[in-house]
Amino acid sequence: MRTNGPLALTFHALFVVFMLAPIVVVCLVAFTPEGFLSLPVNGFSLRWFRTIASYPEFVHAFWVSLGLGMVSSFVALLFAVPAALAIARYRFRGRDVLAALFLSPLMIPHVVLGIAFLRFFTSLGLGGTFAALLIAHVIVVFPFALRLTLAAATGMDRSVEMAAVSLGAGGFTLFRRVTLPLILPGVISGWALAFIQSFDDLTMTVFLAAPGTETLPVRMFLYIQDNIDPLVTSVSASVIAITMTALILLDRFYGLDRVLAGKGDPGR
Amino acid sequence: MTAAADTSTQTAETRASWALTLPALMLFVGVLVIPLLMTVMLSFHDWGQYKGIEPVFILKNWQEIASDPYYAEMFWRTFRIALLATLITAVLGAPEAYILNRMSGRWKGIFLLLILGPLLISVVARTLGWALLFGGNNGLVNKLLMSLGLIRAPLPFMFTETGMVVALAHVMMPFMVLSVWAALQRVDPQIENAAMSLGAGAFTIIRRIILPQIMPGVLSGAIIVFSLSASAFATPAIIGGRRLKVAATLAYDEFLNTLNWPLGAAVAVLLLLALVLIVVGSNALIERRYAEVFR
Repeated sequence: MRTNGPLALTFHALFVVFMLAPIVVVCLVAFTPEGFLSLPVNGFSLRWFRTIASYPEFVHAFWVSLGLGMVSSFVALLFAVPAALAIARYRFRGRDVLAALFLSPLMIPHVVLGIAFLRFFTSLGLGGTFAALLIAHVIVVFPFALRLTLAAATGMDRSVEMAAVSLGAGGFTLFRRVTLPLILPGVISGWALAFIQSFDDLTMTVFLAAPGTETLPVRMFLYIQDNIDPLVTSVSASVIAITMTALILLDRFYGLDRVLAGKGDPGR
Repeated sequence: MTAAADTSTQTAETRASWALTLPALMLFVGVLVIPLLMTVMLSFHDWGQYKGIEPVFILKNWQEIASDPYYAEMFWRTFRIALLATLITAVLGAPEAYILNRMSGRWKGIFLLLILGPLLISVVARTLGWALLFGGNNGLVNKLLMSLGLIRAPLPFMFTETGMVVALAHVMMPFMVLSVWAALQRVDPQIENAAMSLGAGAFTIIRRIILPQIMPGVLSGAIIVFSLSASAFATPAIIGGRRLKVAATLAYDEFLNTLNWPLGAAVAVLLLLALVLIVVGSNALIERRYAEVFR
């Protein structure tokens, strides 16, 4: 195997700078002591992080996003785990169609999903409610929950299950005591990835959120539309910190390349 | 096992699999398929400033999109931006994936995390970073380009297509790297060594050995990047501002500002149709061209 030459390494360095520059800039500006945007930053202060606390709409939006992300990815798993087990184990008619349907939210532009959900929930009289947001997020994060659970269920050693069956286990006991523990790393990673997707979604949520149910990305987006100041950079830096924490945990736990490449994806 | 027992196991398996998938299926039909059909219907409804939405079947919205050059220009802009962003990700992302793949284990892991990680960081935060870097005539990007002597006068990035393309290319880059990376995992490094032992130079190896093998990865990455860029919302909305509209931001405007839902639905349905045609068409082309590699 050949190694990278100096030209390749220079390209690589520039590439990494390009990828990290916008994120680093947001984090640097967030620590500015000035009352306005300034680059380069002189000095260091937590002033703008403290200011977040006096903007209740950001704090409220954070709790909405957190609750929405945790509950929607959990509900998605309740539907995805049984479906993944069936798709991983059995060859039945309609299996490929079902898998394609369940992964379709990845293919449909989120702006179309946002419009479809807005139309649907408004006609049901649920427009702007948390329930509508929750159901919409369950659909959008479902493919991520399904893919990782599917990967775990496909790679599972079934002889342990058979041993349990021969010892008289069956039904829900078999699932709770044998199957679930075996696929748990995949299920937890699926939950984490689904959570991140829900926590970060803007395009679909911006159609559904009303004052009171605005998520953090929606609140940030609406704020940026009016003006860009250090406050929104400190909110962004906090969001980046939360995502990075989840990411590092995910990488340690499961391997980031496996999570993102979605191994075990049928039809690929 | 007898044939009869075989059939009964099969029936039991089919029954079990339907029982396991039914809840998810009902959820998807009820909350995804029906809303999408309702949106298609909505695009054929009438709308007036005072009467609101009228549930009739007319072609008014579709005719307006077809006849008013504003929409043609907007769709052309949308696809032009998406195409340029795709080209940039391919030209920069493919070599980077190749370089990453040749790194030693620990560095490979660190840089893979650094380059793919941004995929999971809020698009709003990433685009905000570009807005800060572009920021007016003395933004950091302009200062850098001028100090390198690449440009003489500051380039406008905010509220321009150039800015949108750069920021979109950044947002979509991880998808391209990931796709080429996956293709590289299937390349046998021994072929490269064989070519070298036969006297091929570095450039020849890349052109004749590596590129043909990773091309399917580049192309499937390009399809992902193109379809996501053409339907992107946050980046065009923040960098493009209120006037430079693309399909997603126009649909947003019709729905939440003008309140002409049927017209907004027609724009969204047209975007979806165009993307489905482009994605399915290019997938078919790639699979026919590279049938060997996929086998």
